[in-house]
Amino acid sequence: MGMNRRSRRRTATGQPRFSMQGEDAILCTADPDGRLDIEVQRRVWATCRVIAAWNEVLEVVPGMNNLLAIFRTPIADFRAVRARMLDAWRAAPADPTDGRLVEIDVVYGGPAGEDLPFVARATGLGVDAYVALHARAEYVVYALGSQPGFAYLGGLDPRLAVPRRETPRPRIERGSVIVGGNQTGVLARTTPSGWHVIGRTELECFDPGREPPVLLTPGDRVRFRAREILA
Amino acid sequence: MIEVLRAGFLTSVQDLGRHGLRHVGVGTSGAMDPLALSIVNLMVGNPVDAAGLEATLGNIAIRFGRDVDLAIGGADAEATLDGRRLPNWWCCRAKAGQVLRMGAPRRGVRSYVALRGGIDVPVVMGSRATDLKGGFGGHEGRALRTGDSLPVGEAHPLPGNGRGYGLSTYRLDPHAELRADVPVIHVLAAAQWEELGRSAQATFLEATWTVSAQSNRLGCRLEGPAMRPERHREMLSHGILPGVVQLPPSGQPMVQLCDGNTSGGYPVIARVVRADLHLFAQLRPGTGIRFALCDAVTAGELWARRQRMIETIERQCRFAHGAIHPKHEAVP
Repeated sequence: MGMNRRSRRRTATGQPRFSMQGEDAILCTADPDGRLDIEVQRRVWATCRVIAAWNEVLEVVPGMNNLLAIFRTPIADFRAVRARMLDAWRAAPADPTDGRLVEIDVVYGGPAGEDLPFVARATGLGVDAYVALHARAEYVVYALGSQPGFAYLGGLDPRLAVPRRETPRPRIERGSVIVGGNQTGVLARTTPSGWHVIGRTELECFDPGREPPVLLTPGDRVRFRAREILA
Repeated sequence: MIEVLRAGFLTSVQDLGRHGLRHVGVGTSGAMDPLALSIVNLMVGNPVDAAGLEATLGNIAIRFGRDVDLAIGGADAEATLDGRRLPNWWCCRAKAGQVLRMGAPRRGVRSYVALRGGIDVPVVMGSRATDLKGGFGGHEGRALRTGDSLPVGEAHPLPGNGRGYGLSTYRLDPHAELRADVPVIHVLAAAQWEELGRSAQATFLEATWTVSAQSNRLGCRLEGPAMRPERHREMLSHGILPGVVQLPPSGQPMVQLCDGNTSGGYPVIARVVRADLHLFAQLRPGTGIRFALCDAVTAGELWARRQRMIETIERQCRFAHGAIHPKHEAVP
């Protein structure tokens, strides 16, 4: 445990890796070992806020323990910008504040959660225990991406992890609560997906006519509430 | 108003895209060939980022509800206006009731139609571009269907009798690179380039890559010799941009395009330079391409050359607008 904590702290304050992504973007990666760390993520959010305020920056996209800074014009001096970004990273206070708590009502199982029996069997937990564990945890929104309003959530109980489907389904309805590998989330748009569908919510994660258009923002906490379990 | 009599394979309303919203998962969308859309917009005296139509493999028919100046460009789809053949990169006035038809292009994939005043669909999140995957923007967030009606923005007609003018591509060809047997696409090294190792790097730069039939507005999949990176790392999801060249486990590279995801986890080995990205709009399945690694200076020079081309075309258009009727200044 002590080792763990020390190494985690080193990751959180250690030097991230910077690389160009074309003429106008720089990717800053703080996950040399590919492990996800919430303390690193707090620093990512704080650094994003600082860099996004620079005039020459179009936007900053937080990822999972990384960030992509997109500039308005080609970057003339990569070393200089990298040094400035590194200063921002080091100076950024690891944002201690917790975001809003968003509660999401879910109907688990049934036709809109057709993979629930499968994941319950695959994990050996049974339907009731699987739902109880999924709904008990508090998740953190790490970042948005992949599709409009889709939130990458951290905090899935490792006992609930199931490998993705070998063949993606061509169409999963928006509002579907899904599990794939060690991740869970809510589909914001109807798309093909290789994740398992375990339930459905009525909440709109993305509405282009709403301000803001997204329901969840990085740093928010999410809790699923089991409104009903359909066998 | 214009009426869609035949919607074709995939026709959508596009402008130069939605920018600055990738952090909420909203991608760029917009014209796959922004250079072609910019040029046809300039031809009708629009700002370069006005919304127009992007047709995929032609095969469309549009009836005009009122007189309107139009310009066509991109892939030459042998357009006709009421049966009269129009050259590619041509601007003229359509009369109310006339029908613009496009056939199938023999080269290239995407053709563009600009109308003076622009297609006046609502601006959603800063753009009129259709986000086909997200289902918003453009006309009802979807590809056009036969029977759709689209509003056209109000604008004074171009001066002159509307007989029209064309751009010569003899000296200024927006797709000159595609005349080569194997077009060359310039790329810059990205995060996982070094990790590829010498051998896979050489494969990437020396092979002729074939555009797969699975390519679309999301991305261009390439087929060729399998690339085996020296080191393979599990990546956490991170932000990606159009032009990013990813290497999935299959060893076959994939170029993200306008409708690509805002984030991904595959290794990013390179990114296509801005000046070359529009070429992917016109690559047919089966076409062979090669990649050339360049540095930021060369990328900047390629972009500057392209900007000069647009400026020259803009001057020619202004001249044409004025020359058609010397008493009028070109309408800004």
